[in-house]
Amino acid sequence: MNLVTYLRLARHAEQTFADSLRTVGRGHAKHPDVLFICQTLAKMSDKQARRLAPIVDRYGSSAASGDVEEPERLHAAGLAEVRTGPVGLLRDLQDLHVLGTLVQTTWTVVLQAARALRDDELIELCRHASGQNSRQLSWLNTRLKAAAPQSLIAA
Amino acid sequence: MTDRTVDIWGAGTPHAKGTVWPVRVDQHLDPGVTEEQVDRWVHSACLLCSNGCGCDIAVKDGRMVGVRGRASDEVNHGRLGPKGLYGSTVWSHAADRLTRPMIREGGALVECDWPAAMGRIVEVSQRLLREKGPLSHGFYTSGQLFLEEYYTLSVIGKAGLGTPHMDGNTRLCTATAAAALKESFGADGQPGCYADIEHCDTIFLYGHNLAETQTVLWSRVLDRTRGPHPPVLVCVDPRRTKVAEEAVRTGGVHLAPRVGTNLALMNGLTRELFEHGWVDDTWVAEHTLGVDELREVVGWYTPERVAEICGIDPAELRRAARIFGTGGAVLSTVLQGFYQSHQATAAAVAVNNLHLLRGMIGRPGAGILQMNGQPTAQNNRECGADGDLPGFRNWDDEQHVRQLAELWNVDPLKIPHWADPTHAMQIISYAEEGSIGFLWISATNPAVSMPESARIRRILAGEQCFVVVQDLFLTETARLADVVLPAAGWGEKTGTFTNADRTVHLSEKAVDPPGEARSDLDIFLAYADAMDFRDDDGAPLVKWRTPEEAFDAWRAASAGRPCDYSGLTYAKLRGPTGIRWPVTEAAPDGTERLYTDAVFPSATEYCETYGHDLLTGAAVTQQEHRALRPDGRAFLKGADYTPAHEPTSEEYPLLYTTGRTVHQFHTRTKTGRAEPLRRAAPDMWVELSPADAERLGIAEGDMVRVESPRGSIEAPARIGRVKEGAVFAPFHYGGEDRQANELTMTVWDPVSKQPCFKTAACRVSKVRAGGRR
Repeated sequence: MNLVTYLRLARHAEQTFADSLRTVGRGHAKHPDVLFICQTLAKMSDKQARRLAPIVDRYGSSAASGDVEEPERLHAAGLAEVRTGPVGLLRDLQDLHVLGTLVQTTWTVVLQAARALRDDELIELCRHASGQNSRQLSWLNTRLKAAAPQSLIAA
Repeated sequence: MTDRTVDIWGAGTPHAKGTVWPVRVDQHLDPGVTEEQVDRWVHSACLLCSNGCGCDIAVKDGRMVGVRGRASDEVNHGRLGPKGLYGSTVWSHAADRLTRPMIREGGALVECDWPAAMGRIVEVSQRLLREKGPLSHGFYTSGQLFLEEYYTLSVIGKAGLGTPHMDGNTRLCTATAAAALKESFGADGQPGCYADIEHCDTIFLYGHNLAETQTVLWSRVLDRTRGPHPPVLVCVDPRRTKVAEEAVRTGGVHLAPRVGTNLALMNGLTRELFEHGWVDDTWVAEHTLGVDELREVVGWYTPERVAEICGIDPAELRRAARIFGTGGAVLSTVLQGFYQSHQATAAAVAVNNLHLLRGMIGRPGAGILQMNGQPTAQNNRECGADGDLPGFRNWDDEQHVRQLAELWNVDPLKIPHWADPTHAMQIISYAEEGSIGFLWISATNPAVSMPESARIRRILAGEQCFVVVQDLFLTETARLADVVLPAAGWGEKTGTFTNADRTVHLSEKAVDPPGEARSDLDIFLAYADAMDFRDDDGAPLVKWRTPEEAFDAWRAASAGRPCDYSGLTYAKLRGPTGIRWPVTEAAPDGTERLYTDAVFPSATEYCETYGHDLLTGAAVTQQEHRALRPDGRAFLKGADYTPAHEPTSEEYPLLYTTGRTVHQFHTRTKTGRAEPLRRAAPDMWVELSPADAERLGIAEGDMVRVESPRGSIEAPARIGRVKEGAVFAPFHYGGEDRQANELTMTVWDPVSKQPCFKTAACRVSKVRAGGRR
């Protein structure tokens, strides 16, 4: 069953997103809202990744091959370092948004499978994770909108 | 009259529930002046706290020589507090008043004339507009100007220049009150009024040291608690204040949560309401949205868990919840203990939630007072000088922006409305990096009042940003400016202002300002003239000259909006009492309480904001809001508690918190010049709990050093009744080694953007033994 591949992708994507949020927060710490909100958003993703672990195990152990590895090419690279300056902050927030969108669509895919499997636990997790992801994307969008004019025109 | 610096609240006039608060007229005249010698009394209202007491100014030989409370005014029934009595007029003839403009030449401020000062301002302003456009301009104003001045500045900033970078120091004191009202009800505006004190059975005071912040209002509460059928008080405060003592005396509760844990406490109270069935389910179903989500959010916060987070007794939490859940009419008041602390908006919204869950709103005694820290903060919010759009309009609603564009006859795109307005701390950051190169500060002293003050001083003094300061005195901030403009103060100019319970007062000019000082309105008009701001037909953009004309322009701008002034005139305001907005054809004498019909300003087409995620501050979109179909229903919104930004550590084991003292106002620009007030509270101190003091070997009066990761102060210690683990310092005092804000953090609430003055970690050590024991 390929679902386990996607469950691992979801877990990996959430973890990458969380780590990247922390990297961007730290890198732009002179903007205290970016620092602290990125930490808050990272914790949301940590939690989803943690909640996924037992479900990955459940499907992993029942997988026919017994040893399904998700292909490396399915992964997204996280942000290892930040850019500098006002425009750098914009680009870093945009990169986070791209990563967050990958997380979003991954949950959409997993939710579809969970429904087909009538797996109530996984359906609930997908719904909750998707809701948290929306909050993360909304903040990134709000912050981007606020920063864009000043960064592109006056800075 | 007794010495009111000692007898702070004055003689009591206890009375029974439901009866009118008795009149008591307070008066103070300068030493040597008798009542017979007063030439005339001029109609005004007090500007030295957020209460806005109606008063008259005594004038003798062209000087302000005292004040008298107005017996007929609904706000104070004749009373005035110590600051109002002793601090209202003396500053006006202080020898160090600014009387001429000043301009920086070769590093020093030198006196000049108005054309030279305005010439320098306009030269820099126009150059930056040419080179970088309007985003290079920022305005940081006050909570103490008049409505007419805020509205004029708002039009200049939004339709003349087109900059979103406008805010007031109201951001430091009142932004959370506004945000909480907007998130819960859809628009700003106080639901209740002060008369609810006469009708309530219970008063909850959340982070609100009413006894020191609004002394006249506290005497109003005392007159209930000392009369027949007194209300029960519940106090939430890490200090054992007079309010806390009165709560215990009335059979209520004093909850002293650990600094930074208010939201956990509020979630615990909310959960108790659900658990015990103290929720008016029918009312909630008809008039609110979000009850299921709220129940889910607070489900985790059992009294035991909350007690552990907050460091309180779970039985006390249960008892407080029972008082809220089972009593008759409940009145809640909220102030800086919530607003300037961690998760400010979420905690203040939780107060609204409690009232909504019980349907406790819009009727006598069942009120919410999301208080203001400053006297005219409300006007700053209404008029848009704090960045919001005038008339509680929604920046994200194209129709609202179009209304303003038509009113001002400018292109809608001129009015900046692409995101939430730029808040004060962000304006300062832009000034720091130089993308704001022109910053105009009026009637406020950020060098003392903003967090992490060493950073603020560095930014204001730097070459990267041209700073204009307009004030009464050469304040700590004015000394760092490039141009200083001498302004007229209270009693030297005419205008209106609105207090926390929506009461509008007219304050008339009593005397001329000294020297070449000008009213703030005249200064803004002079800038508009010099910049030649014009509308789309080429006519001058600002079409008024006098305060009354500005007020009439505002009446038109506010018509049809929640803060509707259309039925209010200067003539009406010259009557016996201030009047609460909305004042319209349908309500010609004003409106005592909002939401008496349980219809809230939340409809998508009408609301001031679509709201925010309380945890992150992410904006809700118009589409998302419309999908909820609020249609006049209020929002129940919750959020999880998270630990504060700067946890204690081995290095910094104590939690630092700041606040006020009864005898001083803000950075003492006025009260520091009144001898009785100066004598009563001359200098900085820090307050420690007895347990912490003993552990650190500190006795009353010892000189101590308080250090945070950002700086240090030295001041004498008071062994106070602050909660163990907390250190309190008053924020009024200037001077580099004794300024409370040397220690505070640059960090703010995600929704209201109000800085957190109450969540820094610190350590305390003894410097030397003091003289006092």
